Amino acid sequence: MGDRPHIFRAYDDELKNLTWRIAAMGGQAERMVDRAVTSLVNSDAALAQQVMRDDAMLDTAQREIDEKAIVIIARRQPVAADLREVIGAIRIASDLERVGDLGKSIAKRVVAATQVRQPVSLFRGLRGLAELALTQLKDVLDVYASRSVENIGSVRDRDGAIDAMYTSLFRELLTYMMEDPRNITPCTHLLFCAKNIERIGDHATNIVETVYYVATGEQMPLDRPKDDKSHRVTMAPTTETIG
Amino acid sequence: MNTEGVDGETRFFERVMAAGRREWPVLLIALAATALAFYHPAWAIAGLVVVVAAIVLRIVVAEAPESTQIPVISSARPETAVTDHVSALDLAAAVPDPLIIFDATSALSYANDAARRAFGPLQEGMPMLLKYRAPEMQELLSSVIGSSDGPRRVEYVERVPVDASYLVTAGSIGAGSGLFFLLFKDQSEARRIDRMRADFIANASHEMRTPLASISGFVETLRGPAKDDPAARERFLKIMQEQTGRMSRLIDDLLSLSRLEMKSHGKPAEPVDVRSVVQSVIDTLKPLAKDLSVAIHTDFPAGDLLVSGDRDELFQVFENLVENACKYGQTGGRVDVSISSQGEGGQQQIRVAIRDFGPGIPEEHIPRLTERFYRVDVQSSRAQKGTGLGLSIVKHILTRHDGRLSIKSEVGQGAEFTVILPARQVA
Repeated sequence: MGDRPHIFRAYDDELKNLTWRIAAMGGQAERMVDRAVTSLVNSDAALAQQVMRDDAMLDTAQREIDEKAIVIIARRQPVAADLREVIGAIRIASDLERVGDLGKSIAKRVVAATQVRQPVSLFRGLRGLAELALTQLKDVLDVYASRSVENIGSVRDRDGAIDAMYTSLFRELLTYMMEDPRNITPCTHLLFCAKNIERIGDHATNIVETVYYVATGEQMPLDRPKDDKSHRVTMAPTTETIG
Repeated sequence: MNTEGVDGETRFFERVMAAGRREWPVLLIALAATALAFYHPAWAIAGLVVVVAAIVLRIVVAEAPESTQIPVISSARPETAVTDHVSALDLAAAVPDPLIIFDATSALSYANDAARRAFGPLQEGMPMLLKYRAPEMQELLSSVIGSSDGPRRVEYVERVPVDASYLVTAGSIGAGSGLFFLLFKDQSEARRIDRMRADFIANASHEMRTPLASISGFVETLRGPAKDDPAARERFLKIMQEQTGRMSRLIDDLLSLSRLEMKSHGKPAEPVDVRSVVQSVIDTLKPLAKDLSVAIHTDFPAGDLLVSGDRDELFQVFENLVENACKYGQTGGRVDVSISSQGEGGQQQIRVAIRDFGPGIPEEHIPRLTERFYRVDVQSSRAQKGTGLGLSIVKHILTRHDGRLSIKSEVGQGAEFTVILPARQVA
């Protein structure tokens, strides 16, 4: 949407409606991730069930946004900023839908991961990782609301912190598994949960790139830190851990 | 055939018809003038004047109610002239709780200072439906805009960056003004006290167990085998004293952290000169640095280095960081403290870097240093009388100040802790 309204006010309304839907979807996604992690940390199976049910709402919302966007393209033949707005909405909706899926997948693992009581420090790390990812998601959606792209740099850089935290958790979980084979089942589930949270951060970064494109018409430069270093982590069994 | 296009045109036609219904006096006068013009050409001039006058009148009448100004609250009794000068904006600015006024498209018309402090930058025209995305807030906003019922309330919780919970009231302002309000009542404190109690008990009981177990072990030994051994008794009592010292340090830190967490929703706003804080921290720590034979080098720039914050809390931040640098970087024999000021994204920042030349921190520990009770090396932390809470306290204080802590280190290269604070805006 530019500064000046269109001749047909209905067109403006449709575009506005689209952004409102994205915001509502973002709110749902934030809530889901927060609840999924809370249910994991508190081993709350009922809350996990609810998260799994909520995912359906996000799926419906994404379909509706897609449909609305297609209708706008067909009806109004948008150009320039309007076209970017519509395409941006489609892309952000699909990212948010994935975020919801990842939250659901964390919720699914709650029962298996918390069967045996895990050390508190493990959950503290996971909680910290989730807090980073949620802050990232919130900041990104705030940028979408305010269109203040000058703050985008710091948002994208935070992805690096999430990756570093994930690598550290990965290493820690491996240590627990080597200490005691009984830890392998829950720790593997937790490893997937950590990976899911890390992926949520990546989706948030995707969204911020889309927002930048929608607001400016230019792509963000491709210098984002894409990698965590967990693929390089190895641990040789030492005599200490075996004996 | 594209039916969507027809739909759009029908709507346009409908709007023209609606305008016609609204503008009937003007149309009637125009029609009468035309009829008169046909009757005699001399009437045409007079008719034209009447039509123009009617149109001008119509425009003047139409403009008035569409004014976007927030209406001035007029007093019920016209003779009390004092309240005539109080506008709705003055009133809103005086409200201590966050207050937001928005229109029927949920675009922000006005936010008071408390709202800006609590929710960050809020530009005029920003849609509130995009800002408050939590499902219950979405429902509240759309139900208030959609209906003219009385005010409604919901509870709204913000998890990040600081845990905050509000009781939100929303409703319309006056009748037909097209404006609505959101009023946030902060309830974080009550919730936080609950959480604090639970956390405190969990953390304290966990961390107290080790020193307590060792003390009770020594007491047992002193009463039993070591009863008549003065040398052993002296040694054991010394260890016990160390352990009780550790426990009391732990309680101090836990209390200070809990207190901080409790007030982290209100942001401190006094002007603080960073240079004088850092200088007094260094003066305080001189004796410690001398004992550890560490030299503190400073590099401070000239000019104003003001931030908004709480002096005592910032003192604690720099004290913790410089003390850590002296203790854990002791082998380097040197600690550099430098302050710089730089602009980033239009916002001036003040960076305080504390660099040591000790053994450095392995990469995998860096992201987790600010977690409670996270220790890189339990042995060395205990030896330095650390409680595992220092950096956690630092992080909490900085979050409260909208600041950040950045940690850079490589094994063997020492470590650099940088505090980044937003500079105080010159009003």
